[in-house]
Amino acid sequence: MKGADAFRSREITAPLVEEIIRSLVRPVRIMEVCGTHTMSIFRHGIRSLLPAGITLLSGPGCPVCVTPASHIDAFVAAARLPQVTIATFGDLIRVPGSEGSLATARAAGARVEIVYSPMDALTLAQQEPERLVVFPAIGFETTAPTIAATLLQAERLGITNFLIIAAGKTMPQALEALLSDPELQVDGLLCPGHVSAIIGANAYRPLAEKYRLTCAVAGFEPADILAGLLSLIRQINEGRPRVDNCYTRAVTAQGNSKARALIDQVFAPADSEWRGLGIIPGSGLVLQERYRRFDGLHRLAIPLQPTREPKGCRCGDILKGRLLPPDCPLYGTACTPLLPIGPCMVSNEGTCAAYYRYSGHKESRHRQPETTN
Amino acid sequence: MCLAIPMQVIEIRGGDDPLFDPQVALVESDGIRKEIRLEMTDRIPEVGEYVIIHAGFAIRTLTVEDAEYNLSLMRQMAETLEQQGRLPGTPQ
Amino acid sequence: MKANSIISLDHGSGGLASQNLISGLFLKYLTCPQLRDLEDCAVLGEFAGRIAMSTDSYVVDPLFFPGGDIGALAVHGTINDLAMRGACPLALSLALIIEEGFPLADLERVIASVARCCEEAGVAIVTGDTKVVPRGKADGLFVNTTGIGIVSHRVEISGKRARVGDAVLISGTLADHGITIMSCQAGIAISGDITSDTQPLHRLVGALLEEDSGGVHVLRDPTRGGLATTLCEIARSSQVGIIIEEELLPIRPAVNTACEMIGLDPLYLANEGKCLIICEQDCADAVLQLIRRMPEGRDAALIGRVVEGREGQVSLTTRIGGSRLLEPLTGQPLPRIC
Repeated sequence: MKGADAFRSREITAPLVEEIIRSLVRPVRIMEVCGTHTMSIFRHGIRSLLPAGITLLSGPGCPVCVTPASHIDAFVAAARLPQVTIATFGDLIRVPGSEGSLATARAAGARVEIVYSPMDALTLAQQEPERLVVFPAIGFETTAPTIAATLLQAERLGITNFLIIAAGKTMPQALEALLSDPELQVDGLLCPGHVSAIIGANAYRPLAEKYRLTCAVAGFEPADILAGLLSLIRQINEGRPRVDNCYTRAVTAQGNSKARALIDQVFAPADSEWRGLGIIPGSGLVLQERYRRFDGLHRLAIPLQPTREPKGCRCGDILKGRLLPPDCPLYGTACTPLLPIGPCMVSNEGTCAAYYRYSGHKESRHRQPETTN
Repeated sequence: MCLAIPMQVIEIRGGDDPLFDPQVALVESDGIRKEIRLEMTDRIPEVGEYVIIHAGFAIRTLTVEDAEYNLSLMRQMAETLEQQGRLPGTPQ
Repeated sequence: MKANSIISLDHGSGGLASQNLISGLFLKYLTCPQLRDLEDCAVLGEFAGRIAMSTDSYVVDPLFFPGGDIGALAVHGTINDLAMRGACPLALSLALIIEEGFPLADLERVIASVARCCEEAGVAIVTGDTKVVPRGKADGLFVNTTGIGIVSHRVEISGKRARVGDAVLISGTLADHGITIMSCQAGIAISGDITSDTQPLHRLVGALLEEDSGGVHVLRDPTRGGLATTLCEIARSSQVGIIIEEELLPIRPAVNTACEMIGLDPLYLANEGKCLIICEQDCADAVLQLIRRMPEGRDAALIGRVVEGREGQVSLTTRIGGSRLLEPLTGQPLPRIC
């Protein structure tokens, strides 16, 4: 839309930057929850425009990066079956499990296809009725309805060779788990725009009230992000935390009830493991019992093995801003952008990956790993 | 976390049979076209309106006015300094 | 499929089927006398100047795409690699590895395309080879071309020669080829006005060096890895910093939109008919005017400059005035959802 250009023009961003600089009266720490925010902040060089007093922490909001090794292992186990074709979002294929990724499985002969939409995976299943097409169902509230709608379409059409491995996650529970850590030092949350389009801006109100935390829902254009930051800084200055919706063209207070109904029809909440953060109660999406026939784990008899957390990975502390990447014993040695372990290194613009590439520090402060396995 | 961009609806197709001919939208931006699904959008868009699309689905319908309103909010945020009698560049 | 409509192992045997393929298909389109002689090698004669040589293999999927095909890529790619050192291309070889069962009609389309591109470029295929491998041992068709060219003695073009103060120019729009291939690949069906930019650049380079050889320091075609990766290579080889401006980058709106839809950065997508030119600031205007007059350079633009300090670093000044470092591509670009 021509409007999108307006949200990235200097005519609108420059005054916002000026006002941010003017408004900042003390150092603040702001967590951008969403991986797409992280990407956008990087891509538009937004950090370079902000005053030094603003520290941006990259939160756990990249669904690919927080998918734990246990789930990746299950995807890989499915991929290795001769009758299975994995149809996956592109960014998942390099994420490592405990023994390789979908990319390495493909190199070893598995059929792994990249799709843009879960609906494309369903089309693939229709085109190849002799194969089982398995879709790794990762994603947050924005993506879950697309998968639910696809599964319902598969049901209506009577397609039996389309399966998913449910690995979706929900944001409020993860934020609650992060914020309940008394050591977390964050003054404000830049809330994810497209998740909020589904769950509504009001979803953050309990957090704002309980933790007296400033929240701003923001879109992904430079002006959106700057407006969100400015809102947070003003809220911090005023000492009146609330939820400010800066992405009104996409987000309402209530969100998208139609999309939420799709999620509820197909999925049920469950405890879920997050890479680097461990088990977070109620933060996962598993298939409702009545859709069990679409459950790839069940149909293919693949067990979900608990992850053996890589010893020494400190992503949880890095996500919370307690440690810097070089404080992790794995940083730069066992964990690098080409062979990542934790979510902060898995994501291209994750805290550790960005630090590794741009800071010049390529080694851990720990000379040796704490222990060996 | 969720890459999504707005595109303009240029045609609403299908809808005669929810099973084999579900309603979909043809969207366009700068000459790029894509057919997208409408199951999860908050309301069915009209031709000429915009939808934010994610993974092949419209997640939200919006109008040019919605975008302009959002832009005006941002302008207001940045303009408060002038309302307070300060001008850009003058020290506080 | 009829037996006579596909490539069989016999076609690579060297026997009668091979000869029929050569005379019935290859020589129908490729008409250079040296090739028609079917000798073991081509003998080209005597030339004044230094000899440049380059080779490249082409494995694109799909083989046919909007704006070109594997044959066009194979001809243009090697011509362009020669041109990037200031060489005037003389002759090409063409070697094919074909998977058993490959449709003859597709092979004919590719060879016709090779012939057309050679004719347009004024460069001939002078020697060739064909191998057929059993089904499953290759993916349809692989093509290799090797080219030789002549570099005039006065020309000294190299990735090591970027100097502080130089201007950075690009001969046209970015990412057209990369996004076209991405959008063709299964699962990411988008339609619209995007086509590969595959084209030969030796005439553009020839005109450039004819006019002014001294001021042009670096020529590079930003193919795989895109503009960003190529600039990083130059910054490292020349031990200089490079700053480019997002606002100045020529990218077609359709390409930008397609990139945003699937989460790709156009600075990291391949170009197959574009040339990065690093030249002295003083001659930048003249170079731009010259290449904008040529069809292959009509969208040329000044995009940045070579700077002191920041050795080996490339940074981008974004549209909103921010700054970010550009790193070389790590791994293959993939569509994203986040």
